[in-house]
Amino acid sequence: MLAVRDLAIARSGVPVLAGLSFDVASGKALILRGPNGIGKTTLLRTLAGLQDADAGTIEFPTDEGAYASHADGIKTALTVQENLAFWADVYGNPVPDTIWDQFDLADLKDRFAGTLSAGQKRRVGLARLGVIGRKVLFLDEPTVSLDGFSVKLFSSFIRDVHLASGGIAVIATHIDLGLEEAKTIDLTSFAADPNAAPNGDDEAFL
Amino acid sequence: MSLWEYANPKRFMSWTAPVLPWAFGLAGLCLVTGLIWGFFFTPDDYRQGSTVKIIYLHVPSALMAINAWIMMLVASLIWLVRRHHVSALAAKAAAPVGITMTLIALMTGAIWGQPMWGTYWAWDPRLTSFLILFLFYLGYMALWAAIDDPDTAADLTSVLCMVGSVFALLSRYAVNFWNQGLHQGASLSLDKEENVADVFFQPLLLSIAGFVLLFFALVLLRTRTEIRSRRVRALQMRESRS
Amino acid sequence: MIALLLRDLRLATRAGGGFGLGLVFFLIVVVLVPFGVGPETAVLSKIASGILWVAALLAALLSLDRIFALDHEDGALTLLATAPIPLEMVGVAKAIAHWLTTGLPLSIAAPILGVLLQLQSSAYVFVAMTLLLGTPALSMIGTFGAALTVGIRRGGLLLSLLVLPLYVPTLIFGAEAVRRGAQGLDATTPLLMLGGITAGSFALLPFATAAVLRINLR
Repeated sequence: MLAVRDLAIARSGVPVLAGLSFDVASGKALILRGPNGIGKTTLLRTLAGLQDADAGTIEFPTDEGAYASHADGIKTALTVQENLAFWADVYGNPVPDTIWDQFDLADLKDRFAGTLSAGQKRRVGLARLGVIGRKVLFLDEPTVSLDGFSVKLFSSFIRDVHLASGGIAVIATHIDLGLEEAKTIDLTSFAADPNAAPNGDDEAFL
Repeated sequence: MSLWEYANPKRFMSWTAPVLPWAFGLAGLCLVTGLIWGFFFTPDDYRQGSTVKIIYLHVPSALMAINAWIMMLVASLIWLVRRHHVSALAAKAAAPVGITMTLIALMTGAIWGQPMWGTYWAWDPRLTSFLILFLFYLGYMALWAAIDDPDTAADLTSVLCMVGSVFALLSRYAVNFWNQGLHQGASLSLDKEENVADVFFQPLLLSIAGFVLLFFALVLLRTRTEIRSRRVRALQMRESRS
Repeated sequence: MIALLLRDLRLATRAGGGFGLGLVFFLIVVVLVPFGVGPETAVLSKIASGILWVAALLAALLSLDRIFALDHEDGALTLLATAPIPLEMVGVAKAIAHWLTTGLPLSIAAPILGVLLQLQSSAYVFVAMTLLLGTPALSMIGTFGAALTVGIRRGGLLLSLLVLPLYVPTLIFGAEAVRRGAQGLDATTPLLMLGGITAGSFALLPFATAAVLRINLR
């Protein structure tokens, strides 16, 4: 269960979103929509604890959140297997055997990540979500540079594996992932007035 | 009203505006009288001759070089704990003043060292410590200059200032250990018998007061400049949004 | 933490990992010094321990900007910040990995290269010992510096400017211990101070490292 109340966030001191509240129940996904610059990335980073909110509360079970963006930290000098094993190890899990089929990586397992195409590398980056065993995922544009087939792989992982086992996913995306029951929030209606900054860093100087 | 309210940028600007000319005026008065008194109306030292008179520049600048760093450390801590923008900007403003003081101390020391020790530079612990302090100032200022976001820069330089202080102290001890040195003991101390004689002491105190006031005035002036440039930045950002 | 340490070691030894570059740099500096100061045995032997220390310090400096920059570029640092390892431990793991790939090989190579510089026979043990004791501090201080400059493009030069003054006490005590030890004087104090700096760095700097990483990741 993820509960967000009256959240206000800022990007380098300029308010982007205010008064944002939503709940996501276990086994449900939430899709964030809105034009570039509306604050999707900032919101996801705030939810993941990478930056502080200006106001409001975020609640989800501690030690269950995980963040992923298009920069997925895949090391080109390591094999696919080694990359995933590292992240599994960091989170104290074994690498599940099913992961190779879920992301169609069985043939790439022992290849160096540096020899993969951009799309293949993305799949490895997304497979990371399957090995860390976290319940609440904050995903920023997860499908960038994926082809149609890979997008299907990804959405079926989210729907049939992650959500089916009671997980939560908050996803910022511009494309249709085919997650039918997912709730969608259009962030445009929560846009904050950039000049009404009670905590804005530069506000004290005006 | 609490003391902290004076740290609000707008209030800071309004109370410092009338203080500034007084600070500069007093600093000038103290410096001029102290230095003229010291240079022309004190006797020559029986051993060091007239070269001794450089202490009226050397001692105060050396003192302020260290005090400026301590002030930066305190201001950095205040910024980290209470997040007063003026505090961070004052630390930033003090650094160039401090490095100039360090440079004055090093150069007057070299000028004095030539006739006294027969060399402009010796790897004496005190001299070396000041050279290291100079490097710390350089690093601190370079870090400020390298970061675009002013609050990030303030945070990072504050942490650097704290870590740097610990290592600067360690260096001071290390350098003492490394070379015993030729520099004489402290010129001033409260509990020692062998202070410089009173004839030298009174003008010295006056020029120290002058340096303290000058430092205060310069830091105020530079802090005001920093506040203004932050205000310009804030206005530009507002402009670009609307 | 162990996982991160092993990954960094593996990355360092793979192609493009830069392992050994520091060692080669060390060798080249040691070879260049006699060209600069002349070949007299007496002169070289006198400055050998100092040269070895300064060269080792510069070699360790060389690879500092790799500590966090690569992880920052590909996003791994952000992911590590949200992972269940505290950032303090990330800093420690990075420093240990850096030491194992630079400080340790340098400490082992230093006595061997000492031959080229006519190092006094009594100094060999002390050079190796002080480097083993002191280079971990260099790695930890450098890790802090790397964390400080991780968000700055082309921060390599700035990193050196920030870190070198912090290296002063380590260098002084390290080189002083060798000098005293080689002359048969009592080297306990500088050795204790050197160990103290290493222990102190590992006790305190991880917190400063984590703090500046958080600021840089904001």
